[in-house]
Amino acid sequence: MRPDGRKNDEMRKIEAKVGVIEKADGSAMFKIGNTIAIAGVYGPKPVRPKHLEDPEKVLLKCYYDMYSFSVPERKRPGPDRRSIELSMVIKNALLPAIFVKEYPKSQIDVFVSIVQADAGTRCAAISAAAMALADAGIAMKDIVAAVAVGRVNNEIVVDLTKEEEDIEGTTDMPIAYMPRMKKFTLLQLDGKMPADDIKKALELAKTSCEKIYEIQKKALKDKYLKMRENENKD
Amino acid sequence: MIIDGENFKRYVIELSEKNKRIDGRGLKDFRKPIKIEYGVSKNAEGSALVTIGKTRVACGVKLEVGEPYPDKPDEGTMIVNAEFAALASPEFEPGAPGEESIELARIVDRGIRESGAIDTKKLCIKKGEKVWLVFIDIYIQNHDGNLIDASALAAIAALLDAKFPKLEEDGKVNYKEKTNEPLPIVKKPTACTIYKIGDKLFVDANADEETICNARLTITMDENGTINAMQKGGMDGLEQDEIEKCIEIAKEKTKELRNYLKG
Repeated sequence: MRPDGRKNDEMRKIEAKVGVIEKADGSAMFKIGNTIAIAGVYGPKPVRPKHLEDPEKVLLKCYYDMYSFSVPERKRPGPDRRSIELSMVIKNALLPAIFVKEYPKSQIDVFVSIVQADAGTRCAAISAAAMALADAGIAMKDIVAAVAVGRVNNEIVVDLTKEEEDIEGTTDMPIAYMPRMKKFTLLQLDGKMPADDIKKALELAKTSCEKIYEIQKKALKDKYLKMRENENKD
Repeated sequence: MIIDGENFKRYVIELSEKNKRIDGRGLKDFRKPIKIEYGVSKNAEGSALVTIGKTRVACGVKLEVGEPYPDKPDEGTMIVNAEFAALASPEFEPGAPGEESIELARIVDRGIRESGAIDTKKLCIKKGEKVWLVFIDIYIQNHDGNLIDASALAAIAALLDAKFPKLEEDGKVNYKEKTNEPLPIVKKPTACTIYKIGDKLFVDANADEETICNARLTITMDENGTINAMQKGGMDGLEQDEIEKCIEIAKEKTKELRNYLKG
């Protein structure tokens, strides 16, 4: 039994919403348990500075930022080593889902803010950002869904909380997965994991990401259903 | 959205002659809805999300134990910081805080500090050694103008929402356990920014209106009508008569905004 009573393969309650930042070209909110991420996408737009321009494909930029008050001990506002690494792995998790050659000489910016944190923030960031990219109308091969799996008290579990992460001996594996393309686009591990358990963990990540994928698709559809309703009202 | 600034400005000024705005409001009307949601970030000691039209600002309050300033050994301290998160607007750039976010933080800071909104003497744990430090952090979520008023409202709302964390006997703060004790908030300062476009005065400019505004004046008042902070912004000057008019407008509007606060 897990500290919050969930089954090993049970994720926390998930909420997803598309179109949460009016000024952005695309945006989304992804909430899993007490972790909340909001993502805004700007672009495609001209590359700045111009020398970074790629004549063949898009320049994707990602910025991951935690609100100073999203964690129990205040975090200094602004980037740090952790957020710079996470911004990079998030970018690499999203890139395989984008038709990059559709946007030569262009830049797409993805900004993610963590409003409230209870572990799994980079995965929530990816799940939110993938929806925001789709909402911005970016040509995509697939949607990226992400969740952490891990080993807690010798059990393979999905969607660890901070409490579980802090248990002695816990191993944490943040995973992003493209359910249609069947490819993993983020894979990190922090801890100790017997090689035999990796297969089990990946299987659990896959089935969990497939569930997230359905929630993401529904959130995207809901935005457009709502737009249609509003248009019919007028 | 606006391609031709000059034409847009002419249009806004023409409308303002009839006390009308591009979105149908009168010149002295705030956008609707005005909403305050509390407890939007559970790890903060207090938090609030303020919506004014399509402008959205989050504010969180965190408490830490630290040393007092030598000249005020029995008083806690406060620090206001504002982040113009790049997800909130195509105009914001990622990177270090720019002058606008620093100006905003300092205006909000002055309103709270000078009104005495926080009874800082009640933040003293041990005179000369240990006091509570109050961090007030503002994050813009969607920038559709009038960020100062929205941020000032979010800051006082988050302070009103805040509860002390538990202070353990060894002097460490236990952030997992909040007490039921609210922060000693004794005043509720709110800010109203008056914008001058042409020769007319507007309140609550949206982002499009801000691009053509010549001058602005922010006035922060507490519930007694005392002015705690003022800041003139923009490239143009204001006549005394206009400043006096701004104060009259701010009297009414800071009160209207205060009515949205709890407690």
